[in-house]
Amino acid sequence: MMSSSVVTAGKPRFPDLSRVRAVDEVGVNERVARFQSRSIKKASKIEALKCVLSMIDLTTLEGQDTPGKVRQLCQKAIHLHDSMPGLPHVAAVCVYPNMVAVAKQALAGTDINIASVATAFPSGMSSLELKLDDTRMAVAAGANEIDMVISRGAFLAGDYRYVFDEIEAVKEACGDAHLKVILETGELRTLDRVRRASVLAMHAGADFIKTSTGKIQPAATMQVTLVMLQAIRDFYAETGRMVGMKPAGGISNSKLAIHYLVMLRETLGNAWMTPEWFRFGASSLANDVLMQLSKQATGVYQSADYFSKD
Amino acid sequence: MATAAERVPVAKTYKIYIGGKFPRTESGRYIALKGKGDEMLANVCRSSRKDFRNAVVEARKAQPGWARASAYLRGQILYRIAEMLEGRREQFVAELRLTGTASRRAEQEVEKSIDRLIYYAGWADKYQQIFSAVNPVSSSHFNFSMLEPNGVVALLAPDEPGLLGLVSNLAPAIAGGNTLVALASETNPLSAVSFAEALHASDVPAGVVNILSGYRSELTEHFASHMDVNAVVCCEGGRKQQREVQTRAADNVKRVVFRTDTDWSGDDAASPYMIRDTQEVKTTWHPIGV
Amino acid sequence: MATLQNTSAENTLAFTGGWEYDPAPESTEHVEIASRYGLFIGGDFVKPEKGRYFDTINPATEQKLARIAQAGAGDVDRAVKAARKAYAQVWSRMKPAERGKYIYRIARMLQERAREFAAIESLDGGKPIRESRDIDIPLAAAHFFYYAGWADKLGYAFPGRGVKALGVAGQIIPWNFPLLMAAWKIAPALACGNTVVLKPAETTPLTALKLAELIADAGLPEGVVNIVTGAGETGSAIVEHPGVNKIAFTGSTAVGKHIQRSLAGGKKSYTLELGGKAANIVFADAAIDQAVEGIVNGIFFNQGHVCCAGSRLFVQESVADEVVEKLAQRMETLIVGDPLDKNTDIGAINSKMQLDKIKQYLKLGEAEGGSLHQASGKLPRKGYWCRPAFFTGVSQSSRVVQEEIFGPVLAIQTFRTFDEALEKANNTPYGLSGGVWTDKGAKIFRMTQGLKAGVVWANTFNKFDPTSPFGGYKESGVGREGGLHGLDAYLKLGA
Repeated sequence: MMSSSVVTAGKPRFPDLSRVRAVDEVGVNERVARFQSRSIKKASKIEALKCVLSMIDLTTLEGQDTPGKVRQLCQKAIHLHDSMPGLPHVAAVCVYPNMVAVAKQALAGTDINIASVATAFPSGMSSLELKLDDTRMAVAAGANEIDMVISRGAFLAGDYRYVFDEIEAVKEACGDAHLKVILETGELRTLDRVRRASVLAMHAGADFIKTSTGKIQPAATMQVTLVMLQAIRDFYAETGRMVGMKPAGGISNSKLAIHYLVMLRETLGNAWMTPEWFRFGASSLANDVLMQLSKQATGVYQSADYFSKD
Repeated sequence: MATAAERVPVAKTYKIYIGGKFPRTESGRYIALKGKGDEMLANVCRSSRKDFRNAVVEARKAQPGWARASAYLRGQILYRIAEMLEGRREQFVAELRLTGTASRRAEQEVEKSIDRLIYYAGWADKYQQIFSAVNPVSSSHFNFSMLEPNGVVALLAPDEPGLLGLVSNLAPAIAGGNTLVALASETNPLSAVSFAEALHASDVPAGVVNILSGYRSELTEHFASHMDVNAVVCCEGGRKQQREVQTRAADNVKRVVFRTDTDWSGDDAASPYMIRDTQEVKTTWHPIGV
Repeated sequence: MATLQNTSAENTLAFTGGWEYDPAPESTEHVEIASRYGLFIGGDFVKPEKGRYFDTINPATEQKLARIAQAGAGDVDRAVKAARKAYAQVWSRMKPAERGKYIYRIARMLQERAREFAAIESLDGGKPIRESRDIDIPLAAAHFFYYAGWADKLGYAFPGRGVKALGVAGQIIPWNFPLLMAAWKIAPALACGNTVVLKPAETTPLTALKLAELIADAGLPEGVVNIVTGAGETGSAIVEHPGVNKIAFTGSTAVGKHIQRSLAGGKKSYTLELGGKAANIVFADAAIDQAVEGIVNGIFFNQGHVCCAGSRLFVQESVADEVVEKLAQRMETLIVGDPLDKNTDIGAINSKMQLDKIKQYLKLGEAEGGSLHQASGKLPRKGYWCRPAFFTGVSQSSRVVQEEIFGPVLAIQTFRTFDEALEKANNTPYGLSGGVWTDKGAKIFRMTQGLKAGVVWANTFNKFDPTSPFGGYKESGVGREGGLHGLDAYLKLGA
C-alpha cells in the first residue's frame, strides 16, 4: 500500500489501484442485455414497481428552482398518488443547497430524507475550501444526504490522490449526513475509469456511489451501473462494508427501472434491495411507475393526464 | 573391371533422412536396386515401421518451430532448396537415368523440380492472403479466419516421376508450415533419396522433412494409422490402398488427401490449393470495445 | 496447486428469498404440432414403408409430443432418388440467382414464423426459450440469408478455379441445435447447387419437420430437400447409399470415425463436425467479471449440450480463488427449470439417456478425487434436470477433464505460466474450440495462435455467426461450416 506508513487506524486508506480489475465493454453490454431479457410479470412486477417507488430520490436541480417549486415536489414525495392505497413514499427529495431549508420545512414530520447536492455541483470546479463550506452549509440547513461530485479533471489527469483526499475531506464535513459520491461517468467515458473511480470513492469513505449529475450526457446507463455494482460487491468482499448505489439521470420508465432491479438482485443479492442501499435519481420515473401500477390494478393502459406533475 | 591405370569410382550409399541425419534403416534390411541390364545399382534402405516412428518423432519436434518461422523465411528456404538442386542438376539427371528415365526426360524432370520449388517458394508468403477472410459478423467482434498447418503430414509419394513427384507434394506441405515424413518412390528412389542431401544443404531445419525409402505395401498402414500424424497425402495407389489409408486414418480423424491420375509434369500439378489441402482454418473472435 | 475454495467464509451475498421472478411462460397458442409426422420425400409427407413410428417427447415433462416416422433403408432410397431426380432435372439446371431466391424465401419465412419455431424447439429439445428465441432461430434464418446470396457468386470464392455442385448431399445432424444445425447443413448445400437428404436426431425431429412444411410452403421444387426421420440405422442407410455424393455429419467423434471408415475406398466426400473438450483460459490480468460471465456462457449455454463448450477451465493461480468464488456466486442466479419460461437460464437435459450419462460423470469425478460444487436452486419434479456444476481438484489425468460430458459440468484446473496453460489446453485429442481471457492484446494473439482449435474466442465465448467458419482440428472433425470456407464442403473444384 502506498500510504501504509502514514495511515492511522480508522482513517481511509488509499487503495492499491494496480489491483483494480479490467473491464471489457463488450462483455458488459452482453451481460446487460441478459438482464434486459428477464421477463418480470404479475405479482413480482407489482412488488418491483413499489420497490422502485420507495427507492426514488425525487429530484429538482435547476437554476429556475424556487421555494414554490420545491414545496410542490415535496408534496408529491409525500403523496405520490393517494387514490391508490398502499403505496410507499419516495426515499428522498434532492435539491440544491439553498433549497434545503424549504424542503426540510415541507417534509417535516415525514421520514423522507433530504438530499442536497454540494461541492460546486455539477462541475465541481472550485476550491476545496468552498466545496467544504458548500457541504457544511447544506448539512447545517438540514440535509441528511450529501451528493458530491468528484473532480473529474484531476481524475482524468491522473491525480487520483487529489480526488481521494477531496472525497475524504467532504466525508468529514458531512458529519452524520450520508455521502453519495457522483463519478459523473459521462465524463469519465470508459468503464475502466468508472471502475477505478468507484474503488477510489469507496475507499475514501463514500456511503453511496452515484453515476451522474444529470447535467451531462450520457447519464446513468445499465452498463456503468453494473460496473459500479461489481465494484461494490468486490469492496464488500474485501472489507465487509456495504456501499449503496445510485444511478441518476435517464431512467424515466418502469421497464428500465425494473431491469435495474434485476441487475441489482443478480449482482449484489437481496441485502441491497432496499432504499437504504439503492436509489434512483429521477424526476419523471415516479409517474411512469404509478401509471404501470394503475395499469396492473385496472388492466387498462393509462394516460399521463391522470397523474400529477409537480 | 578397372585396369591398373583407372581410378575405381566410389559407389554411393543411399540412406534415409530422419531428423536431419542420414541413418541406415534400423531394420538392417535393404532393397537391391537393379538397372535395365540387371546390373546392381544400389542398396536402398527398406525402411521399417520403426524408422517411420522415429521420423514422426522428429517431424513432431520440428513442427512448432517450422510453423512459427516467418512465411518469408520459409519462402527463402524453399528457394534455397531450388538453388541447391540447380547446382546438382547433373547428379540428379544421372540418377534418374540410372533407373531408366530417358536423358531428355530426366533433364526436364530435374528442371521442373527446381521450378516447382521456386513456385512454392513464392507462394509461402502469399497463400494466406488468398485463403484467409475477415468475416463481417453481426456482433461487436473482430472475426477472422486464417490457415494454419495441419501439423505432421505423412506423404506416400508417387512412383513416377521419382523426383518430381516427391518435390511436387513435399513443397506445398512444407511451404504451409507442415513438417513431413515422405515415403519415396518405390521404383525410382535414387534421386528422391539424394534430394535429401540437397535439403540438408539448404537451411531446412532438421526434422522438417524426413524421407524414407522402402516398400509401400509394408508402410502404408503405418503412415495412415500413426496417431501423431495429422494428415496423410496418398498419391496414386489404387482403390484398395485408398480404402486402407482412409480406414486407418479414421483412428484419429486424419485429414486424407488423395492425388490420383495426376500428370506431375503438367502445370496443373502445382497450385496454392495444394498448400491448402494440408491446412486447417482457424477462426478467431475478438471483441471491439473501449 | 492452489487450493480452491468454493465459498468464501464471510461477506457472502444472498440470492434466495426476497424478490423472486414469477413464472413468465412463453405462450404456445400459436404452435401447431401434428399428432403424427411422415417422411418428407419428393415434396410430400409420406408414410414410412414399414409403417413404423416412434415418439418424440418433451424432456421437461416426459410427455409425448408427436409420433414420428421411422425411415428404413427403403425410405432412404426413395429420398435419395427424389433428391437425385430433383438435382438432375431441376436444381442443377436452374440459374444460380434463382436458386438463391428460393433460399432467401426460406430465410424470410423462417423469420416470419420464428416465434412458433422457437417454442417448438424448446418443447422438443428442452432448451430455454430465451436461447431458442434469441439465438437458435434467428441464427438459422440468418444462415439461410447468408448462403442464399452466395448461390450466384460461387466463382468468386475460389480464385482461379471453377466450381461444380457435388450432387446429392446426405446430412445427419444432432439434437443440441436441431433447427440451427439443419440450417447449417441445408443452406450451403442448396446454395452450391446440391440437393439434400437430411436426417434430424431422433429426440428432436420436430423443427426439421416444421422446416419441411415451410419449405413446401416456400414452393421449393419437390425433392430438393428431403427429410427422413429415424435413429442410427436411418443414418447408416444414408451413409451407405451409393446414390449419395457427400456426407455431412455433426455428432459424436465415435460415430464420425465410423463414418470416415465406412466411406473409405468410395467416392463420397465428407465433412465431420465432432466432439470437443475446449479449454477456457483465464489469465490474472483478465477482466474477471466478464471472464466469469464467459465461463458461464461457455459451459452452461444450452445445458452444456454444446460440442464447442468451454468444459475445461484453466485459471491462473493468483486469481483462482476469486474466479471460482465469483463463478459459484453467479451460478446461484442461474434459473434451472421450465424451458418455456422466459427467465429460464438452464432448461431440461435433452433425454433420459443423456441425463444418466451426466450423472455418471458427476459420480466419476468425485470418485476420481474431484470436489464437486453444484448450484443450490430448486428443480422441477418431473422431467430431466441437472444443476450447473463444476469440479475443482481435478487434473489432466481425470476422466472428467479428458472426456466430453455434454452437460453443464465444468472441470476447473489452475496454471502458473502461459506455456503451462497452452500445453495443457492442447493436451487433448480434440481441437474444436478454445477461449482466452486477458487484457493484454499481444498475449491474446500468442495464445490464439498456439491453441490447436478451429475456433478461438478471445475475451468472449460461444459466439456464432453465419459469416464465421466453424469446425475442428484433430478428432473434432474435418471441414468447416459457415462463412466462405463453408462453401468448400459442397463444391467440387475444377480447373
